Amino acid sequence: MSEIEKDLPMENKEALTSLLFQLADDDFMYAYRGSEWLGLAPHIEADIASSSISQDSMGHAAMFYSLLEDLGAGNADNLAHMRIASERKNSILTERVNGEGYYMEVPHYDWAYAVVRSYFYTQAKKIKIDSLCGSSYKPLAEIAVKVKMELYYHRLHWETWFKQLMGSTDVAKQKMNKAVELVMADFGDVFSYGNQKLEIEVSRLIESEEDLKAKWHESIKPVFLALQMEAPTIPDLPSKNGRNGEHTKDLDDALLTLSEVSKLDPVAIW
Amino acid sequence: MTSFVEVTTKCVYEVLMNVKDPEIDSISIVDLGMVGEVSTDGDKVNISLLPTFLGCPALEIIKKNTVKAVQAIPGVSEINVEFVYHPPWTSDRISKQGHINLRAFGIAPPPLHFEEDGSWRVDCAYCGSTYVTMDNIFGPTSCRSILYCKSCKNVFEAMKPVSTTM
Repeated sequence: MSEIEKDLPMENKEALTSLLFQLADDDFMYAYRGSEWLGLAPHIEADIASSSISQDSMGHAAMFYSLLEDLGAGNADNLAHMRIASERKNSILTERVNGEGYYMEVPHYDWAYAVVRSYFYTQAKKIKIDSLCGSSYKPLAEIAVKVKMELYYHRLHWETWFKQLMGSTDVAKQKMNKAVELVMADFGDVFSYGNQKLEIEVSRLIESEEDLKAKWHESIKPVFLALQMEAPTIPDLPSKNGRNGEHTKDLDDALLTLSEVSKLDPVAIW
Repeated sequence: MTSFVEVTTKCVYEVLMNVKDPEIDSISIVDLGMVGEVSTDGDKVNISLLPTFLGCPALEIIKKNTVKAVQAIPGVSEINVEFVYHPPWTSDRISKQGHINLRAFGIAPPPLHFEEDGSWRVDCAYCGSTYVTMDNIFGPTSCRSILYCKSCKNVFEAMKPVSTTM
C-alpha cells in the first residue's frame, strides 16, 4: 500500500492531506462532543445510542488519521491529540459546546441542539461519504465504503429523533427551531474545502462543494416538507472557516480537556 | 543448518479457528468472517484480516491474538498480520456455524434479509420465539442491538446486519 502513496504527485498529495485532515478533525470533534453526553441524555436508550454513535465516529476519525500517518503526515495519535487549534481543519459546527455548564460541574446541555446538530452533520457526512466511495484515492474510497455502512444507522437514528421532536409539543418545536438557527449559523464551512478547494476538486478525490451542498438540500427537503416547514439554507459565506484554521474559543477549551491525558506523558506507549 | 518448514495454509486455518472474539468467546474470527487471505511462503505466514466495525476496540486484541496463535505453529519464522479494508466486512460473512455459536452466547445472528422498509427482524436467541421487541438498535458495542423476548422474558442481543446495500 505504501508504494502507491509514494507515487502520488505533489499537488495531489497536498490536496489529499488537506481533505483527510478535514474529514478526520470533523469526526474527531463530533465524536468528542458526542461523548460529553454520556450519562446526560434524556433517556437511557438515547444515551446508549449516542455513545455508540460517538464510538463509531471516533473509529472513523482514527481511520482518517491513520491514512494521514501512511502519507507521512505524522503519528496518528499526535495528530489527534497534540495539534493546536489553528492547525485544526474541522468545521466550527463540530467544535461548539453542547450547551451551558460543564459535565465536571453542572451541565445544562441542550438536547434539541444535540439532535439538530447530529442530524444535519450526519446527513452532510452521508453526502460526503457517498461521494468518497468513488474517490480517486483508493484507500480513502475503501474506508468510505465501510463508514457508509455504519453511517446508515446513525442517520436513521438522528432523523427519527429530529422528526419526533419537530412534530411534538409547542415547547419542543420552539427549542428545535432555535437549535436549527444555531446550527445553520455555523453550517457555512461544513461543505467548504477552504483554501484547497481548487486542488481537492481537480484531483477528483471528492465531488465539488456546490454539488454536495445541493445534494444536502435535496436530502432534507422531503423531511421538512412532511413537517410542513421551510427547509433551511446553508449560508453562502461561513462566519468562520474551520477548514482554514479559523476557530472559536470552544475548540481551545475542548483541546485542553481532550489532550490532558496524552500530555501527562507524551512518550507513553498506549 | 537451520531447518526449513513448509507451513500449510490448512494448518494456519486450524489455528485461526481457535482465535476467538475476545468478548464473545464462543465464536472464532474464522466463523465471524474476519479472515481475508491466508498465504504461506515456506515458513512465513501472511494473514489479512477484515475489521468489522471501525471503532471496535477488540480489533487490536484480535490482531495480537492472531499473531500469538500462529507463532505457536512449529517452524513458523515470520508472521505478517494486517487489517485490510477491501473487501469490506459485511455481516453476511458470518458462517452457518458462526450463527449457531452466536446463539449459544445469547446473541441472535444477523438476519440475512431486510424488510421492504429497511427494518429487520430476528427471533429470540434463547427460545427462538418471534415475539420480540427491539429496545435499542444500538447496544453495548458497535456491532450489537438490544432486544427483549416477550415469550421467555429474556433480554438478548442481536448482531447488527451491515451490508453494502445500505
